[in-house]
Amino acid sequence: MNAELWLPVIFAGLMAISLLAYVILDGYDLGVGVLLPLGSDSQRDTMIASIGPFWDANETWLVLGVGLLLVAFPMAHGIILGELYLPVALMLLGLILRGVAFDFRVKAQAHHQPAWNAAFAAGSLLAAASQGVMLGRYLTGFAPGAAAWGFALLAGAGLTAAYVLLGAGWLIMKTEGELQQRATRWAQRALLGTGVAVAAVSIATPLASRRIAAKWFTLPDVLLLLPLPLVTLALFVLLAVSLPRLAARQAAGNDSFCWLPFAATVGIVLLSFWGLAYSVFPEIVIGRLTIWQAASDAEALWVILAGAAVVLPTIIGYTVFAYRVFWGKARELSYS
Amino acid sequence: MDSFDPLTLARIQFAANISFHILFPTISIAMGWVLLYFKTRFDRSGDQAWLDAYGFWVKIFALTFALGVVSGITMSFQFGTNWPGYMQKVGNVAGPLLAYEVLTAFFLEATFLGIMLFGRSRVSNRVHTLATFLVAFGTTVSAFWIIALNSWMQTPAGVSVVDGKVHVESWLAVIFNPSMPYRLTHMLLASGLTVAFLVAGVSAYRWLRGDRAGGVRHALKTGVTLAAVLIPLQILVGDAHGLNTFHHQPAKLAAIEGVWHTERGAPLLLFALPDEATQSNRYALGIPKLASLIITHQPDGEIRGLNEFAGAHPPVAKVFWSFRVMVAVGVAMLLASWLAAWQLRRRGEPAPWLARALVAMTFSGWLATLAGWYVTEIGRQPWLVTGILRTADAASAVGGGMILSTLLMYLALYAVLLASYVSVVFYLAKKAGQPAAANLEGVSA
Repeated sequence: MNAELWLPVIFAGLMAISLLAYVILDGYDLGVGVLLPLGSDSQRDTMIASIGPFWDANETWLVLGVGLLLVAFPMAHGIILGELYLPVALMLLGLILRGVAFDFRVKAQAHHQPAWNAAFAAGSLLAAASQGVMLGRYLTGFAPGAAAWGFALLAGAGLTAAYVLLGAGWLIMKTEGELQQRATRWAQRALLGTGVAVAAVSIATPLASRRIAAKWFTLPDVLLLLPLPLVTLALFVLLAVSLPRLAARQAAGNDSFCWLPFAATVGIVLLSFWGLAYSVFPEIVIGRLTIWQAASDAEALWVILAGAAVVLPTIIGYTVFAYRVFWGKARELSYS
Repeated sequence: MDSFDPLTLARIQFAANISFHILFPTISIAMGWVLLYFKTRFDRSGDQAWLDAYGFWVKIFALTFALGVVSGITMSFQFGTNWPGYMQKVGNVAGPLLAYEVLTAFFLEATFLGIMLFGRSRVSNRVHTLATFLVAFGTTVSAFWIIALNSWMQTPAGVSVVDGKVHVESWLAVIFNPSMPYRLTHMLLASGLTVAFLVAGVSAYRWLRGDRAGGVRHALKTGVTLAAVLIPLQILVGDAHGLNTFHHQPAKLAAIEGVWHTERGAPLLLFALPDEATQSNRYALGIPKLASLIITHQPDGEIRGLNEFAGAHPPVAKVFWSFRVMVAVGVAMLLASWLAAWQLRRRGEPAPWLARALVAMTFSGWLATLAGWYVTEIGRQPWLVTGILRTADAASAVGGGMILSTLLMYLALYAVLLASYVSVVFYLAKKAGQPAAANLEGVSA
């Protein structure tokens, strides 16, 4: 096989993995941000403490994902981000507000702190919703019209719900006591929203695109693909059943399986993500460009691949190390 | 709305974003090393004052780093949206260099930052010092890659152009292109000076408020000494950088010196109003032959004038004045830091008036750095990549109205953030001196 054929496939895969890592990792910390106003003053500090050491690195996956889009598929980068100019600008506004509020909310003068807390939550919500709208616009191939925009708004609400579910799951795992109890209730509500959204996107996507419908609903593909929605459904059921039980057990002081809601949500995100990736591949701008048409020259891709092959495993290694350092329940953040 | 010229707007927007962004890496690059220095001094001596200095400055570092990260994300989106022609033409160079920056630097600094900031009670002291080192190292590696790319755009080398596309022939020649060693050194020293004056200025502010604990003393001395040592080095490197520009980008140098027509024995202009319409300087005040002497090292050396680059030279007045602002700040830095170093050595403390001058110069490094970048970036125009790609040919198809509305949003946001940053830096300095608040450790990222 020649390199011009498979190099773009590898880079599409690397980009997909970066974006998936971003959605899961920044997803939980954005979700915690959206939930921030629901906590009491002291709970807010614990909520922030649970994500403080990680958010910087989590956001770097977005830079890598978009960076790979830029360097490996420059034509697609121009088209996609040109079409998404406004939602991208709003997302950046959200990410900037959220990122700086992390520091300002504790370092600024006392009377400014409530404003920075609000900026933190509003920025998280804006970033999450904009990313969902971007996803929705992308999936319709940037189609004009009210129906396409309605779909994008639905995706915006859906991704926000999924991030909140991830965030609530993270809090159930990383906190204890009353905050953990509250997080379980937040998770139950977010589960409902996420379920509705995943179902709606799953139904709407093949309806919106005949080509995607053909990919999913022809024999024998449909049989091979069947486990994807079935396992997703099973994970939803598992969450619906286990959340109330976990709450009862945690109230009695038994914290086993506190990781289950987060893990199950990660499973749902993984399966949904690969479902969407399967729908889109091998196109990179739906209806306009395939990954091969959009790809950079093989000479540039080789150089990047050589570097990535060495560096990515190292990154994963020290990321695991950082998570191990802050393993267990979140403690108050302190520089000393 | 589409009557706004999208090229101009795209340039203003990109310039606004990158100007705001560069403020924070300029601090975090050298601040990482200064923190490592504080930490190492504490590790070696056990002197609590060094740890106090570390504890205070790590807060400002965290704040600065966060602003750098979020403003940097904007850049990764705008490369493609504002300059689609850029990747199309020079993607084979820019793609790998940008990818290596993300892979080798961004993850390293962002991941170990968490351990550096919040991990002191969770890892051994040795691992914590290592994490501090890796953060400082990561910021510097990041500077290496981005300066390599920027310098390549200034003085391209190691490539051939086939069918309108750049192809790499030698990566060593691309990375270590003619202006790269000068620009990298110049920028790293600029970062060092910016941090030196920030540390000296904030410490002088605390000193003036009567907050003279050991940590403040150490930081003041560190800032002043660092500034006094780096500024003469920076002047030497700046001079070498100018000679490099003379050889490789004569049009930029002619704009810097305001030389409209090729001449021998050109004067060093202290003041002038360059006028594009008449191709001459109004109200010129200069020192005879000094420009030729500095640049060619001969009093009658020839400097090629802007007339040799008709239609392809940068806007003169902007480059001319940006350069003078940078040099003026540099001279002020030299005077202030040497005087302060001398006073500290003789009397152990700065005179109040000089301490106030240092406070006024807290962010002088920002001014010099921005002015310097304007010289080199505006000085490269009309080229985006010298001799290979014109800025106009790389611009976006995104409508002017869309760019304008987002530009206004960014400008408003940046104004708020900049004001907040500066006020919080001084607020933290004020709070650190109050005994009641001194024990409160910030909960933060």
